[in-house]
Amino acid sequence: MAGSSYKGSEIRSVDQFIAGDGLDSEREKEIGQHIGYRYDVNLLPDYDRLTPFLAKYIDLMGWDDLNWLEDVHMGYEEGHAAVFDRNINGWVRIPDDIKLPDNQQDRDMIARELLIKFQMSQRHPMVELRRAYRKF
Amino acid sequence: MAGMSSPGDGFRDGFRDGSHDRSHEMGMHTEQLAGRTQQVFFRPEEEERFLYPWAPDVDYNRRTEIDADTLTSTEVNSKLRALMDQGYGTIVVRNPRGKHSLGVGILNRLNLIFEGSLGYFAVGLIDGPNVRIHGRVGWSCGENMMAGTVVIDKNAGSTFGAAIRGGDLVCRGSVGSRTGIDMKGGTIIVGGDTGAFSGFMMQRGRMVVCGNAGKNLGDSMYDGTIYVGGTIRDLGVDAVPAELTDLDKAWLTRKLRQYELLPAQGVDHFTKIVAGKQLWNYDNLEPTEKKLIL
Repeated sequence: MAGSSYKGSEIRSVDQFIAGDGLDSEREKEIGQHIGYRYDVNLLPDYDRLTPFLAKYIDLMGWDDLNWLEDVHMGYEEGHAAVFDRNINGWVRIPDDIKLPDNQQDRDMIARELLIKFQMSQRHPMVELRRAYRKF
Repeated sequence: MAGMSSPGDGFRDGFRDGSHDRSHEMGMHTEQLAGRTQQVFFRPEEEERFLYPWAPDVDYNRRTEIDADTLTSTEVNSKLRALMDQGYGTIVVRNPRGKHSLGVGILNRLNLIFEGSLGYFAVGLIDGPNVRIHGRVGWSCGENMMAGTVVIDKNAGSTFGAAIRGGDLVCRGSVGSRTGIDMKGGTIIVGGDTGAFSGFMMQRGRMVVCGNAGKNLGDSMYDGTIYVGGTIRDLGVDAVPAELTDLDKAWLTRKLRQYELLPAQGVDHFTKIVAGKQLWNYDNLEPTEKKLIL
């Protein structure tokens, strides 16, 4: 086995990666970067907190739940709230003027809604990429 | 050498204080290795859209059929796209006859029904459609699936849901080995049993096995969750049992009921498996090592 002990920091508070640098364990301090995701990837969604926009999206797609959005969470990069957009393989920052709720579940719902709006917009990089590289 | 010089203005503060630049001091590289946030901001007032800008507007109530008996896989897939462009939202494919790669790369909402069994790589790379397969599937069904739902009535081959990134991939029967290998998200549900090395190198997402799991379950998993209702032959390296929480139970109950796979006795008997995180050994020398090798 390659390792002998857990080397990443535990998530203790909702603002851990905004307030601090995420370098908590000895290993993280040594290498200068956080190990692991900057949010709990295994957090299951609380459907009581669904936004009206997300409810409409689910209905239009003919799904019974959030489907792929169950894996979308609000994460944190370089001290800012952000959401990972798999279509561009990068983090997209949440505007600073959006007030973040005090719990991860509500934050995740905001992240999901903003991600859909961005991915489906004409200014998403996929629009240009598709124009340049589409095969069918 | 260049690697020994002071980092430029683009470096994070953490790199300036000297505590985070061990690899730079070793002269192995000069570039910054930390991730960068995209400087693209969301606009909350963005137009309310639910589909990709290029996706044709389809109506689930408009239904049509394709007879795939004499068509090649490419011809079937081309017909599917042409019918979506015409606004059909429900398409039935008859006589698929085990052809490979049917229904791949659909990036739109659609009800797609296959009346028969499919071959390898069925409905891979899809992003949105709801697929029902009244038959069996071969290797790698739902490979690299992004979103949507896929329900298979009978059994599936090996590497079911390989590298899946999102959506629900459901096999009501049993599946082969390496189910969900390298999965990066989404939900895989197996109504029966799953073979050896299921969840191998899993990075995130959820796998639910209502029956039994073969040897080396979750081997080398980095993250994610596996739920097993039956017996587990043995666990792979760094896969460890975890507590089944109320949130887990609620999610399992809802998801299994959704696909009519909820056991009569409920979900309390399920075993939850997660990563022990003993293999988390990444450091910021890794990209340099790759560069040297390549």
